[in-house]
Amino acid sequence: MFDFTSNFWPWFITIISSAGIIAMWWLVRWMDKKPTDGSQLDGKPLTHVWDDDLVELNNPLPSWWKNMFYATIIFSVGYLALYPGLGTWQGLLGWTQENQYEREMSKAEETFGPIYASYLKKDVIALAADTDALKTGRRLFNNYCALCHGSDAAGSHGFPNLTDSDWLYGGKPENIKASINNGRNGAMPAWGQILDNDGVFNVSEYILSLGGRDTNPTAVAAGKQKYSQLCVACHSADAKGNQALGAPDLTDKVWLYGASQRAVMASISEGRTGNMPSHKDFLDEGKIHVLTAYIYSLSAGGKE
Amino acid sequence: MTATQEMYNYKVVRQFAIMTVIWGIVGMLVGVYIAAEMAWPFLNFDVPYLSFGRLRSLHTNAVIFAFGGSALFATSYYVVQRTCHTRIFSDKLAAFTFWGWQLVILSAAITLPLGITSSKEYAELEWPIDILIAVVWVSYAVVFIGTIMKRKVKHIYVANWFFAAFIITVAVLHIVNSAQVPISMFKSYSAYAGVQDAMIQWWYGHNAVGFFLTAGFLGIMYYFVPKQAGRPVYSYRLSVVHFWALIFTYIWAGPHHLHYTALPDWTQSLGMAFSLILLAPSWGGMINGIMTLSGAWEKLRTDPILRFLIVSISFYGMSTFEGPMMAIKTVNALSHYTDWTIGHVHSGALGWVAMVSIGAMYYLIPRMYGREIHSVKLIEWHFWLATLGISLYIVAMWVSGVTQGLMWRAVNADGTLTYSFIQSVQASHPFYIVRFLGGLLFLSGMFIMLYNILKTILGVKPIEAPVTAPAAAH
Repeated sequence: MFDFTSNFWPWFITIISSAGIIAMWWLVRWMDKKPTDGSQLDGKPLTHVWDDDLVELNNPLPSWWKNMFYATIIFSVGYLALYPGLGTWQGLLGWTQENQYEREMSKAEETFGPIYASYLKKDVIALAADTDALKTGRRLFNNYCALCHGSDAAGSHGFPNLTDSDWLYGGKPENIKASINNGRNGAMPAWGQILDNDGVFNVSEYILSLGGRDTNPTAVAAGKQKYSQLCVACHSADAKGNQALGAPDLTDKVWLYGASQRAVMASISEGRTGNMPSHKDFLDEGKIHVLTAYIYSLSAGGKE
Repeated sequence: MTATQEMYNYKVVRQFAIMTVIWGIVGMLVGVYIAAEMAWPFLNFDVPYLSFGRLRSLHTNAVIFAFGGSALFATSYYVVQRTCHTRIFSDKLAAFTFWGWQLVILSAAITLPLGITSSKEYAELEWPIDILIAVVWVSYAVVFIGTIMKRKVKHIYVANWFFAAFIITVAVLHIVNSAQVPISMFKSYSAYAGVQDAMIQWWYGHNAVGFFLTAGFLGIMYYFVPKQAGRPVYSYRLSVVHFWALIFTYIWAGPHHLHYTALPDWTQSLGMAFSLILLAPSWGGMINGIMTLSGAWEKLRTDPILRFLIVSISFYGMSTFEGPMMAIKTVNALSHYTDWTIGHVHSGALGWVAMVSIGAMYYLIPRMYGREIHSVKLIEWHFWLATLGISLYIVAMWVSGVTQGLMWRAVNADGTLTYSFIQSVQASHPFYIVRFLGGLLFLSGMFIMLYNILKTILGVKPIEAPVTAPAAAH
């Protein structure tokens, strides 16, 4: 990869790099010459003295050191002949880091491609019974999914549990695969401005009453009325949610952002945004297929 | 001695020497704390000022620029006066460099924990502090070179070549790398963008190592080793070759920090080639230091100061072998981003920089007060604690780093990664505890040093020393 802006720079680099290497060779040769004044090997210090007693001997360069110096210089000259380094010189080997990457990737494709090709021939439900595929899926999950969903896939605050039978966007193979491929953007709007504090409380009372929790009947009635105006479009009239929108079922005991009344009220008044990133740009079809099967296997098919 | 007898300026040397010990303790204490945070993360107590990201740059700045910097100021001011047989060039400017440098350190200690950072490694300080550094550093250059210019001897002693090269190059590095556009009092953006910014950053970063932490400390070695050993420097001609080769070659080595990145291939290759050529020039310094001892080896048995100096040179040799090796692309592919790098840096920072500074301070500080050190036995203790501490530290990081590198690249038969990232963190955990213990041992040695120094100098009046006449050539 070269991106020189003019012809000057490649020459500049070539000349100063080569001149530098030559200069170092010359420096060692020069200092290796025996001094004409015979000061080298008689074991007596040179004549300069500093700070009362600081003097210098003039021992010859150790030959092992000198040869090591020459060896590194020769290696570098060879290296710069074989690899790009001197300006626009591409090197005799034609190596670039891009083509090294491509070579490694195509070798990996050659080795591992057939495994995933054979997995792709099975459908997700069949693959979910294939123990080898599940092992591969588990490893992929650890590297790509566990950071948010946890290494046990049980999720955490704001990140759904993938081992239960409750699905925001559906638990069928095609739903799971779509979630992984394209990602998901869950957006619950904030109602705090529209409902005042009492309104938020009332709606939360109604929602909690759906799951059979102790609630105040007056508040529930008022909340139900607001629900039928504001919430019903996404969460539907029976409050069972809508998987096409990712609107959760409010009648069960699964709470993505916490089960406490405070957490439910915060969801209503401030809204929630959940973001699952798209994976199709860095995981190929085969890997996503295996991952889908692994996740499908965790929930035993999900809720129909 | 006549009334007009010129005296050396020992005051500024003394001030920097004492601060070397103090800042050494501060910097290493922060280092030990963040090492503990790596092993036991709850130790940040969810307090932003104690978080690893902020304290880490405080640690690096404190040990490199506060501890290492003070050691360099103290020794270079001492050496340049004694080997030029003249008082320092300007007392006022020298005093300004002391107080200016302390102000830089204080500003760093306040701004970094507050999260005020330019986010460039080893150059985190924001632009007002950068300007102060530049002013102090240029003053340092004036004082140092001014002193050389008024020298009473014809030849410039080898230690002063290294000090001068270090001072001039660091000025250039700092000013170029810190070019930035301020947007408010405490925030600026680099003048460079993208990969050019990265390249400038590592040109600076690697030469901060090469000049601040190597050339400068070789200057220390070239004075204190022959002085403490009472032996002549081994080879003048070797010092000429390795000086010029070292300062020329180091400047090219920065790209090895950016192997396999957006940096163009040609830059990476040149960086690697010159990093390899750097091996011999680096070892030239090691040979000259160690061979200076020939004929005086038996002194190592009785003199712990000399032992500090010689062990530091050995660590210098080891880490300057390791460095070129890690600069090779294929090795770098394994070592980069792992704890191996941390181990490498600390074999240089603790083994070389800190040990040679400690040796020089044990030589220097008692002389500033015309006294012998309070206890040679305690220097012995310090030496063994430091050596054991470094050994634990480096070995732990080697093992941890190689483990990480191998775990990250391990692949199963189905092409998936064998280990998830968190598994490599778990594997490193025991070594983080060992590293913490190693750091703790090194730090305890520093406390022993502080005690020993205080017992030596407390209540004692500092001495003044007359400028000596240059010896007649023999």
